[in-house]
Amino acid sequence: MSFAWAKQYEPKSDFTKWIDEKLPLPRMVYNAVGAGYPVPRNLNYMWNFGVLAGFFLMVQIVTGVVLAMHYAADTSVAFGSVEHIMRNVNYGWMLRYAHANGASFFFIVIYAHIFRGLFYSSYKAPREMIWLLGVVIFLLMMATAFMGYVLPWGQMSFWGAKVITGLFGAIPVIGEPLQVWLVGGYAPNAATLNRFFSLHFLLPFVIAGVVILHIWALHIPGSSNPTGVEVKKESDTVPFHPYYTAKDGWFLGLVLIIFSAFVFFAPNVLGHPDNYIEANPLSTPANIVPEWYFLPFYAILRAFTGDLTIPFTGIVLIEAKFLGVIAMFGSILVWFFLPWLDKSPVRSGSYRPLFQKFFWVLVLTMIVLTICGGAPAEQPYVLISQIATAYYFLHFLVILPIISQIEVPKPLPFSITEAVLGKTEEAPKATTPATDKPGDDLPGGSLQPAE
Amino acid sequence: MTIRLGGIIFGLVLVGVLLAWSFIPDTVKYSAPTKSPYYAFHEEKLKPAGGFSFDGLGGKWDYQQLQRGYQVYKEVCSACHGMKYVAFRNLEQLGYTEAEVRAEAASWSVPGLDPVTGESTMRPAEPTDYFPSPYPNEIAARAANNNALPPDLSLITKARPDGANYVYSLMQGYVEPTEEDLAKAKELAGGVEWETPVGLYFNEHFYNANIAMPPQLYPDLITYADGTEATVEQMAQDVSAFLTWTAEPSLVARKQTGWFVIGFLLFATGLAFLSYKQIWAEKKKKKA
Amino acid sequence: MTTTDAAPEEGVRRRDWIHIAAISTAAVGGGAAIIPLASQMGPSADVLAASTTRVDIADLGEGQTLKAVFRGQPLFVKRMTAEEIAAAKADDGASMPDPQTLAERTNPANESILITLGVCTHLGCVPLGAGQGESKGDFDGYFCPCHGSHYDVAGRIRKGPAPKNLVVPEFTIDGDIIQVG
Repeated sequence: MSFAWAKQYEPKSDFTKWIDEKLPLPRMVYNAVGAGYPVPRNLNYMWNFGVLAGFFLMVQIVTGVVLAMHYAADTSVAFGSVEHIMRNVNYGWMLRYAHANGASFFFIVIYAHIFRGLFYSSYKAPREMIWLLGVVIFLLMMATAFMGYVLPWGQMSFWGAKVITGLFGAIPVIGEPLQVWLVGGYAPNAATLNRFFSLHFLLPFVIAGVVILHIWALHIPGSSNPTGVEVKKESDTVPFHPYYTAKDGWFLGLVLIIFSAFVFFAPNVLGHPDNYIEANPLSTPANIVPEWYFLPFYAILRAFTGDLTIPFTGIVLIEAKFLGVIAMFGSILVWFFLPWLDKSPVRSGSYRPLFQKFFWVLVLTMIVLTICGGAPAEQPYVLISQIATAYYFLHFLVILPIISQIEVPKPLPFSITEAVLGKTEEAPKATTPATDKPGDDLPGGSLQPAE
Repeated sequence: MTIRLGGIIFGLVLVGVLLAWSFIPDTVKYSAPTKSPYYAFHEEKLKPAGGFSFDGLGGKWDYQQLQRGYQVYKEVCSACHGMKYVAFRNLEQLGYTEAEVRAEAASWSVPGLDPVTGESTMRPAEPTDYFPSPYPNEIAARAANNNALPPDLSLITKARPDGANYVYSLMQGYVEPTEEDLAKAKELAGGVEWETPVGLYFNEHFYNANIAMPPQLYPDLITYADGTEATVEQMAQDVSAFLTWTAEPSLVARKQTGWFVIGFLLFATGLAFLSYKQIWAEKKKKKA
Repeated sequence: MTTTDAAPEEGVRRRDWIHIAAISTAAVGGGAAIIPLASQMGPSADVLAASTTRVDIADLGEGQTLKAVFRGQPLFVKRMTAEEIAAAKADDGASMPDPQTLAERTNPANESILITLGVCTHLGCVPLGAGQGESKGDFDGYFCPCHGSHYDVAGRIRKGPAPKNLVVPEFTIDGDIIQVG
């Protein structure tokens, strides 16, 4: 799979030789994240977030396993057991705050990772499978985070669970029985809490499994890079270790400083005060809001205020609630089709002036949706989130396919080495690639045949 | 290509529905609620002069204040509010000795069992017991309080935004509404005069301005053991500080640990950065 | 390593130093992260607070034994009669697997109060003899029914498989209040 010039693992001692024969795990690690993995030399700091995501997955698993030693998944004692962790368990407050803020940081890092992928078109051939697996990981993360937030059994836990499981009730015909089956009752109850705990414990390990597939798929074409030009020769790459282990290492330290600032000085800023009130099925909080990382999708859900009807007949085709559900799930499912919606032969957004503008509009849209998702369902937030939702879908489904046809990209560098060191090679000058005939005799030779 | 065409069609339909049905008023099923009249009274929270001792990055407990706050809780709040996550043994953290805590606990009664007959009874509390609720259950609590439930106070400052200042403000929020605010409330209510319902009290810091708890603090209501003058502000501030401690006894330890951890991380990150610079020094050089 | 290297070699070693320092510091940080992860498994504050037991012996009559719970295990508090004290003292010199005198097992100011864990030192069963009418074994003290260990009136093992006397925990007596632990 790897490049011809990749360093080979050479066991030195008799013991490592023996291990290498019986179970070549050190060899695998060496080839995956060691000196045996050649990586483009020009990766910028946006490429650090993949390793960080892996790190925060480990933080969540380690702190989570430890918290599960003290947590009790029963509606009568769950809230109290969390307070027991906070007050009595040695370093319990630190572990719980690290886990709660760790979830937020996991999502911060993942959003950075996803938007890096969107800007540099990391989803394009030959890396579609990496992208698809990444979307699966993101969906699993959302499920895990949602169920984790239910566990403390505070007011937001309960009402969040009620609202989200209620979404399934919007599905025509099977919705209601499905919802009752999901929660094991007519409203979130002891059975719901217990199954959520079970799944919340299980899913992170499923995520870890898909992460391994994600990395495996990554190592087949190798990492992408900010120019989008594929690796051609050895001078385009550096070994992952020590170059990127060092870069990831110090950047991890920087992120940990910010993380610690939250854990030790503002541990509840990203949470909601209502979740320090024990769940009460008879009293609804004034404004039910999910955790901040779900807010854009929550805004999309709430953007649909009218039924889909046949005009002038009053016949309802799809109810507003179900439309919202379709749109919310669709907003993520649309990512699965991204490799086939954006067919521009140029990968990197840096060389796509038109794409770049729309990309930043998308980022702005996500921020607007986050704000609207956290606001009460009042005007003008409803209207703003409707417009933002419309843009969100237009961006992926209409704008990307069209601009990939009409855009004139900037000239690409001939190679990564040239991009880093300047044009010192005797290779032919880069030219503007033809936009609609990928795989032609492009002198840059940097573009993989797209279709 | 089919995916792209399909995508464009699907996208346009979805967005068309969204936009058309958002802007054509008749089809809108849910209209946004208007603001409730009580928004007229919302005020900035009061803050004690100079803030709380535990505020800020280097916050510390003022143990004298916490002890005074405990006195306010015991003599005023505890008549209606329990504190089920705080144990008497925790009072040792406020500077009381073990013997003092044992004596203090014994002055409270908690539900227990008669060792001979096995019947439910009340017994003096042990340090390992938790602060009891004054009511046996929610129904009894509501029955005694005009159908309002006095919340448990263990976590109250974490269960409200900006909790310490909230409690401080709420204790002093029993004021007469201004004419201006009343006019605004009337406008929001569509011309209906604002009226505090019977059995409730106007409090401009409560979320809907109608609170079931009567005003509690009056000057010199209690006699502080340390001789501090018991003004309303003083008692409100002391009890807010105490309830911040009950909500999170580890608050100060947390901040101190934070400085240590961040200091270490700065050092480690600095070293890692230098190491990174060394490793990349060769590659960053422009060379042919 | 020799110090006669030329200048470029020295540069290499200085560079190595920063890597070693960075990696060691990271290792120290990783090691420190283990502290909370490991210490959370220790007894929590509420368990530690409940690790002392207070027993009121005002109502404990002569010859009676009171059963209490100490750190989740049975605790026997016995007020011995004068005859029992005399019998125990008489046996102080007898041959037994774990020789101890009565004085070593009681508080000098309260010689009649014998406090032991109700846990057989063989395999941890609860011996009989504390309750009324229970078998007191061949030595008129405690008898463990699991494997037939006989303890005398001072809780000393006299016969059977148990290797040690019933454990006397640390305690203080203040009037009628005994604090164990």
